[in-house]
Amino acid sequence: MNKKIKQKEFIIEKTLLLFAGITIITTIAIILTLFGESFLFFREIPIWDFLTGTTWAPTLKPRSFGVLPLLVGTLMVALFSSIISLPLGLGSAIYLSEYSNKKARKVIKPILELLAGIPSIVYGFFALTFITPIIKQILPQTEIFNVASASIAIGIMTLPMVASLCEDAMMAIPDSVRNGAYALGSTKMEVALKIILPSTATSIASAFVLAISRAIGETMIVAIAAGQSPMLNFNPLASIQTMTGFMVNLSLGDIQQGTIEYKTLFAVGAMLFMITLIMNLIAKGILHRNKVRY
Amino acid sequence: MIEQEENKQQKNDRIKSRLILNKPKNNEESINTSKENIKIECKDIDFHYGTNHALKNVNLQIMENRITALIGPSGCGKSTFIRTINRMYEHVVDTKIEGTIHLDKENVLAPDYDVTELRKKVGMVFQKPNPFPKSIYENVIYGPRKHGLKNKGQLDLIVERSLKKAALWDEVKDRLHTSALGLSGGQQQRLCIARCLAVDPEVLLMDEPTSALDPIATLKIEDLFQALREEYTIVIVTHSMQQAARISDNTAFFLNGEIIESGLTDDLFTKPKDSRTEDYITGRFS
Repeated sequence: MNKKIKQKEFIIEKTLLLFAGITIITTIAIILTLFGESFLFFREIPIWDFLTGTTWAPTLKPRSFGVLPLLVGTLMVALFSSIISLPLGLGSAIYLSEYSNKKARKVIKPILELLAGIPSIVYGFFALTFITPIIKQILPQTEIFNVASASIAIGIMTLPMVASLCEDAMMAIPDSVRNGAYALGSTKMEVALKIILPSTATSIASAFVLAISRAIGETMIVAIAAGQSPMLNFNPLASIQTMTGFMVNLSLGDIQQGTIEYKTLFAVGAMLFMITLIMNLIAKGILHRNKVRY
Repeated sequence: MIEQEENKQQKNDRIKSRLILNKPKNNEESINTSKENIKIECKDIDFHYGTNHALKNVNLQIMENRITALIGPSGCGKSTFIRTINRMYEHVVDTKIEGTIHLDKENVLAPDYDVTELRKKVGMVFQKPNPFPKSIYENVIYGPRKHGLKNKGQLDLIVERSLKKAALWDEVKDRLHTSALGLSGGQQQRLCIARCLAVDPEVLLMDEPTSALDPIATLKIEDLFQALREEYTIVIVTHSMQQAARISDNTAFFLNGEIIESGLTDDLFTKPKDSRTEDYITGRFS
């Protein structure tokens, strides 16, 4: 009897381990493919030329593999979308945790979650058909595909993530701490700014980094709304191409395995992977340092 | 039946003997009673949480430089009552209050009475130590800084003075800039007291300040009260009748939102007028 139970437990444990193992195996497989193909790419193109070149033309002759235009495009999108998502997300979190009553929270939280659940392709078309015309009306020199429109859409998309991560951290501060501040004559704003914000600073910073990392990896919105022109420029109203945008564009076309275009895909992918990995590690690192425990 | 009577007699004696043992200052005090000033006068307080009638026609005078203990079983309204004095109930939704609370002749419940001013005069210490997640130093200067004090030298002075008054200075003076959350529970509670004292209040409200602490930490804080009563008027909610008997000058007994009996602690514990008071202090119910 006892032996049977032990056998059963053994089987269950190993099966679950296998499930968990699948994610690890997949991650390793992805990393190996990415870096394997990238390695082949960098045998043909010196890594220094790749990282510092300012012309990106992997499919046109003469070919040129300077990734800077893509990198700048990506960073611009990340920057402008953060201008939307970070302050609005943090503001929503402060409102939800410090000001709102139960009724308001009951309405706002599900809507925020809904916002997070909208597929990014919907945001992409929203940017192209709704945000862009508005920007064009205000600033007529705006191109149809532009950084600003895509960034606003990404900002809205990542806002719920910032809001909910920050709010979780703020709600984790016990009410007794707030009452202590109120009992000293503090107003709600003073409690929010002088007690809650400083004590959740690490969680907020980590939420910010994650949001930026999300924006860097976002693909559909930029592919639809930000354009396909890998030019090195810093104008938010002009069309650009991001790393993800390039990868989508190229993989939609007809490319053959083993060609230099094919390998380019992996080189850019590996770079993207490295950037988001580092960002996520930073976010984790921030969170683990100075974590306040009650 | 007889056994029960005996039991009760024993308990009564025990409480009485404790009172005599722990309160050597009795004689001196009865001489002073004529000089007592009323610091806070609560009249006809009715308080509702939604449909719950939590305080019913409560009247109480709180004497200056005395320790007033509020006792009674859980849910009797003593914590609710203490929160009316500094208007902390305003942070709970759906409450309604009627009546007047005069602090030095001014009605603090009047809508135009400034809450920030009120809470500067009336400090509060909570059941669970609730230091801010900041350094010890920052905790103490939070109040003074909030009220506009910026001078570093003065702030340093306040920190030292407040921590000394709270009997914590010697334990923390070498680590003022480390996190307050690293202190023990008893130290945290004394820090919370210091944080209150830093804004120079006149009244200290204590909501079961020792119930989360071990006996030694409790004793330290009780000793502290005796020193503080020289300068402050203290109102303390306590679950422990022994504590009320040990430290307080006056006691009010709450039951179901009403004050059943109030008066000098010695009188209330040795010759209660109401049978319900007697039942409670002899441990018939709690």
